[in-house]
Amino acid sequence: MTEHLSSAVLDVRGLCVEFPGRHGTVQALSDVSLSIRPGEILGVVGESGAGKSMTGLAVQGLLEPPGRISGGEVWLGGRRIDQLDDKQMQQVRGRQIGAIFQDPLTSLNPLFTVGAQLVETIRLHLKLSKADAKARAIQLLKEVGIPAPEARYDHYPHQFSGGMRQRVVIALALAAEPKLIIADEPTTALDVSIQAQITSLLRRLCDDHGTAVMLVTHDMGVIAETADRVAVMYAGRLVEIGPVAEVLKNARHPYTRGLMGSIPALGRRVERLNQIDGSMPRLNAIPAGCAFNPRCPEAGPRCRKDRPEPAPVGTGVAACWLNAGGVL
Amino acid sequence: MIVFLIKRLANAVLVMLAVALLAFLIFRFAGDPVELMANEQMSQADRIELREKLGLNDSFLTQFGRFVGNAAQGDFGISYRNGQDVMKLIAERFPATMELALVATVLSLLIGIPLGVITAIHRGRWYSEGLQFISIIGVSLPSFVVGILLILVFAVTLGLVPAFGRGDVVQLGWWSTGLLTPSGRASLLLPSLALALYQITLVMRLVRAEMMEVLRSDFVKFARARGVPRWRIYFRHALRNCLMPVVTMTAMNFGSLIAFALITETVFQWPGMGMLFIQAVTFLDMPVMAGYLCIVSFIFVTLNTLVDIAYAVIDPRLRDATR
Ligand SMILES: Nc1ncnc2c1ncn2[C@@H]1O[C@H](COP(=O)(O)OP(=O)(O)OP(=O)(O)O)[C@@H](O)[C@H]1O
Ligand code: SF4
Ligand SMILES: [Mg+2]
Repeated sequence: MTEHLSSAVLDVRGLCVEFPGRHGTVQALSDVSLSIRPGEILGVVGESGAGKSMTGLAVQGLLEPPGRISGGEVWLGGRRIDQLDDKQMQQVRGRQIGAIFQDPLTSLNPLFTVGAQLVETIRLHLKLSKADAKARAIQLLKEVGIPAPEARYDHYPHQFSGGMRQRVVIALALAAEPKLIIADEPTTALDVSIQAQITSLLRRLCDDHGTAVMLVTHDMGVIAETADRVAVMYAGRLVEIGPVAEVLKNARHPYTRGLMGSIPALGRRVERLNQIDGSMPRLNAIPAGCAFNPRCPEAGPRCRKDRPEPAPVGTGVAACWLNAGGVL
Repeated sequence: MIVFLIKRLANAVLVMLAVALLAFLIFRFAGDPVELMANEQMSQADRIELREKLGLNDSFLTQFGRFVGNAAQGDFGISYRNGQDVMKLIAERFPATMELALVATVLSLLIGIPLGVITAIHRGRWYSEGLQFISIIGVSLPSFVVGILLILVFAVTLGLVPAFGRGDVVQLGWWSTGLLTPSGRASLLLPSLALALYQITLVMRLVRAEMMEVLRSDFVKFARARGVPRWRIYFRHALRNCLMPVVTMTAMNFGSLIAFALITETVFQWPGMGMLFIQAVTFLDMPVMAGYLCIVSFIFVTLNTLVDIAYAVIDPRLRDATR
């Protein structure tokens, strides 16, 4: 099911996340499996509420209580991390998993200089003297393309533009040379003219350092240009995963095809991915069988009865009866 | 920053002038000073002479100008009651009130901030909710009741600390301090706690509300994602972002602490400015009342100005906006 098990940086197996609540337990993620190799960018797409961010948070051990991992395993560089306590996860977060958030305007503490925040992160994870940490911080600022890094080191976040701030955030994510970066819509909040710069920066850094990236986005154009493989999520489930070129050309899942239908031409940008009729079910009202069946143009009786498991198709994986013996 | 400073100072001076006008009006129109000072044996000629000597025949503006000029030099005239220099009377009482209010402020921060942080991060636990509940009682209890209860428990029943007075004081120049002697410190404990209690609950509730707000913010989540340990996030990243409103409130309320000290001082027989003021009111001692009003307002205005400047120093965003 998961390809390249041995060499994967991140290997998520059958991950389930639930939120116990007053009106019963909500299954936010159900049986999500994916893996990312060194230097690889895995794009994650899906409509709003599909569980993209939730997957990233679960991997980082940052689920808001009462949310919890209720099943499955998370392996990072050959070590199982879903059962670590918060103290142990502190040494994983930042050190082995870097994070990039959506809004660079709010990701940085307004009361500390970017230098202070970089040095803090560096010294939390690497045994460096203050002077060495500062040198490394300046080096990082330079690497993410911030002009005059020595001077910028002492500046506060509000003195940077949105794009520059996101570069600082990327520098923070890279501070301790993590194996994996989880970037949750890193360009959504930015000016269109800057988005491409940030994604290509991410691509370049990830190539240079061999860092694996989980890139959550709404933008199929970004996926087409920067990702190696793409995972498609729907209602807390993974519906398809495969190499980008293959998925774009020859999607195996009707939902993916619907998403692709929303790209007019390869390379052109589309803002939102909701061109399919109807809307995603709420998590407490997921239909039996295939979660997509009420909206699926190709649904058959079997789709309303049995849930399709993710299964290898061609070079990827898809969860659809069409690829597993038909819908009847 | 310079322009900002000048603006704030000009503002402060204007407010002080307004207060001086008010004090002057009280001084001038609440009863005839000559009648208040004179005794039965005084002849009409003496009265006219006194009126002339006090400058009461000059125009309103001249009199106000003279009042402001004198007040700026700390001269509020002499007490109607005992003929002593008003400024000297206030200066004698000032350290007692100041120490009381300062210690109360320190107590309110030392106790209020940690309680606020704890109740914010452990919200929902029984002790957080309990503290929240107690704090509501704390806010609604009148301070003289608190004072009397404290005296009853700690001074009368347990006999741990004195019930009234300042204990022994040490003279440091014109400043008399109770902080340097054991009996002085022991005497400070109850009154400052009584005075601080309300402030403690305010600080605690403010810190709690601000903390809960800040802990939801993106930069806190991002700090967690960078691997910053929890306590460091609470006390370094989050608390620092809560301090502005706390500093503001503390400084602004310092004036009210001094005003409220009036009640506490009465309950604990604390020889401060508040007691002096109460005595002045009973004797219609206008110069003392005017002097007290000006001094307390001056403290208010000075603190407000300092708060604004402190803002600019703490928050780099404001610093640049005013450049
Ligand atoms: N505290 C919670 N309790 C119950 N359900 C929750 C909670 N937090 C999030 N969810 C649900 O989890 C689902 C997944 O949310 P997630 O943030 O992962 O979506 P997403 O795919 O990142 O969407 P977007 O594109 O809008 O960011 C959502 O449907 C949301 O309603
Ligand atoms: S399993 Fe059925 S309903 Fe689901 S996507 Fe495939 S064809 Fe459509
Ligand atoms: Mg999201």
